[in-house]
Amino acid sequence: MPSPDFALDISGLRKSFDRPVVIDLELKVKAGEFYALLGPNGAGKTTILRMVAGLLKPDAGAISVYGIDTAKDPIAAKSIVAWVSDEPMVYDRLTPLEYLEFVAGLWRIDAREAERHSNELVDWLGLRPHANERCGGFSKGMLQKVALAGALVHNPRLIILDEPLTGLDAGSARQVKDVLKQKVAAGITVIMTTHILEVAERMAERIGVINHGRLVAEGTLAELRARIGRETTLEEIFLDLVAQKEADLAAVA
Amino acid sequence: MSTPATLPWFAAHEFRLAWRDWLAMTTGGRKVRTVVLVLMLGVFYLGLHLLANVLLAPWVSEGIVIDKATLVMVTGTGFLFWTVMLSQALESVTRAYYARSDLDLILSSPASSASVFAVRTAATALATVLLACLLASPIINVLIAYEGPKWLAAYGVLAGFGALAAAISVLVTVGLFRSIGPARTRLIAQIIAGIVGAGFVIGIQAVAILSFGNMNRFSVLQSPEFVAAAPDLTNPLWLPARAAMGDLGAMLFVLALGLGALALVIRATSGSFAQHAIAAAGVSAARVQQSAATRPFRQASQRHALRVKEWRLLLRDPWLLSQTLMQILYLFPPALFLWVSYGQSAGTYVVVIPVIVMAAGQLAGGLSWLAISGEDAHDLVVTAPIHPRAVLTAKIEAVLCSIGVVFAPILLCVAIASWELAWITALFVAISTGSATAIQLWFRVPMRRAMFRRRQVASRTATISEALSSIMWAGAAVLAAGNQWLAALPAALAIIVLVVAWVLSPKGKRV
Repeated sequence: MPSPDFALDISGLRKSFDRPVVIDLELKVKAGEFYALLGPNGAGKTTILRMVAGLLKPDAGAISVYGIDTAKDPIAAKSIVAWVSDEPMVYDRLTPLEYLEFVAGLWRIDAREAERHSNELVDWLGLRPHANERCGGFSKGMLQKVALAGALVHNPRLIILDEPLTGLDAGSARQVKDVLKQKVAAGITVIMTTHILEVAERMAERIGVINHGRLVAEGTLAELRARIGRETTLEEIFLDLVAQKEADLAAVA
Repeated sequence: MSTPATLPWFAAHEFRLAWRDWLAMTTGGRKVRTVVLVLMLGVFYLGLHLLANVLLAPWVSEGIVIDKATLVMVTGTGFLFWTVMLSQALESVTRAYYARSDLDLILSSPASSASVFAVRTAATALATVLLACLLASPIINVLIAYEGPKWLAAYGVLAGFGALAAAISVLVTVGLFRSIGPARTRLIAQIIAGIVGAGFVIGIQAVAILSFGNMNRFSVLQSPEFVAAAPDLTNPLWLPARAAMGDLGAMLFVLALGLGALALVIRATSGSFAQHAIAAAGVSAARVQQSAATRPFRQASQRHALRVKEWRLLLRDPWLLSQTLMQILYLFPPALFLWVSYGQSAGTYVVVIPVIVMAAGQLAGGLSWLAISGEDAHDLVVTAPIHPRAVLTAKIEAVLCSIGVVFAPILLCVAIASWELAWITALFVAISTGSATAIQLWFRVPMRRAMFRRRQVASRTATISEALSSIMWAGAAVLAAGNQWLAALPAALAIIVLVVAWVLSPKGKRV
């Protein structure tokens, strides 16, 4: 029975395309936690998060968000989840405010509340000078900020971000990180994949390492350091864990 | 292996990309599809030869005499062909300026952008010539079979005119860039290509219909009045026709003229290619101010939010809108033909009905693709707390409302003449729209809206079914308007088309 104490509770999750991509995954993320999911390219991170967001159907296993089974009640689960992908998908011919109005409509947010919150987000993310310009001419960083504003405008309880800092300049990355920190401080759960290990090291309370579709290690930074038996950076820990898994697989083969 | 960054090296690179792109588009990378495609093309090509033989045999069996009538016929047919070549070349050249793909890489490299442009323009000319050869070869081959190898010269004429079409297309595109700027060039070039491609065909058909009462464009070219008014045999106007008919000197002149024009144009404009391509790239980066003042958010249901989004996106994209509305242009000749043929006896409005019904089906197909498959923020819509069926319903509603807005005034005009006919037209517009929308729904595949041009190759079954059902419903509508029970026949055929489309649709893969 899934517990509402966990923002995300994954058990026995499996997904295959032409090969197994996610294999019997067990993952629990506590409510209000900042959780970083790390792994080399092709490890299965995005597939896991896309299944949580409802973009992919699992082959087997169960996913629950704050106690809501995503397979049994997808609408209820989606109403408290926000998804931000590495490729910001916004409409070229809508302005940021029109995009936010559309998102608010999809999430059935009261128009006045949505407008107030949208304007707050537009100011917060530095989009005010471009609030009435069509997104078509925006840079990748600006588009990512519009997508993030869209994810936040409906006050989600769980925010899932897949490589949200890819292609952002230092200033934009800082703004996004600040927004995420404030959301976590307000009790919202954030799950993020990233290849920028310093970000995970500094922001995440717990870190999970995925390789070949399996969770190979999980814990706080201190717990991960203890696991490999030396005081070192997350980068060293990550490379060590990935290399260890590769060696195990090679031995089995 | 050629030296990197030289003309042959770029040509090999372009050829490899074009070949793989074509294979992926037509076969989806599946071997079975490749075999089926080759077989289908073979059968189609053979069929074209048989058709050409049926059409030409009575004419060539008596021997072709080079007189004014023959020269008028060959020149007129050749000119028709060339307008289509020019239209295709214009589209391809514009695409070369606007397609990003590897341009960023090439333009930022130390390689000469003039070489890239030369290769891409030459590739456009080659593609234009190859397509023209493919379409004209059944006629030329039949003529060779009956009249001997002198007709091989026609291929040289095609090559010359293909090169000329590419040269003119480059001049038009560069002229548009310089006169109206990169923001409008693509749209205007698209409209010019449509008008050039369809304009002459439609025009000559219109003349044939009005003067001779049939849709055969050759009626004009064969009429004694037209032949008599044409210049005499020594006029240089007939040079291309003489060239095609085996005059080697004339053929070499036409070939040299086309290739020379292309070489000159490439030489004159290649230096500015990088500048125009960069300007074209800047169009997508240009910021468009939507409104000075922010208007308050409006409370809307989920479905209404989706509908409003669809309408906004459609209204703000004149290029897509023009692509969709251009389909209606091609319905003009049949409308005129029906009007002239039956307008007097059955009433003008009766003959306009099938055209309206067909236009509704075609427009609905395009708009449905844009709304259902062309979703730029697919992830957002899928992760929203709304049932997928409600999303589709809202999008279909948006399409139906748009069709309603376009066709309501037309139906009102019909209603002024006859309420009964207006009801019948409205009913079949609704059925034709519903059929096209259903087909797009069954064959939906999420794609960027910018891929609209490729929707027809994404699923040929969908495209063919959509066209067939529109034609069948149009036939049923006109027969129903004439109170004929025979209307049941095209209606039944339309239903069969829909059933076959549904059976062939990829049910398990729909998103």
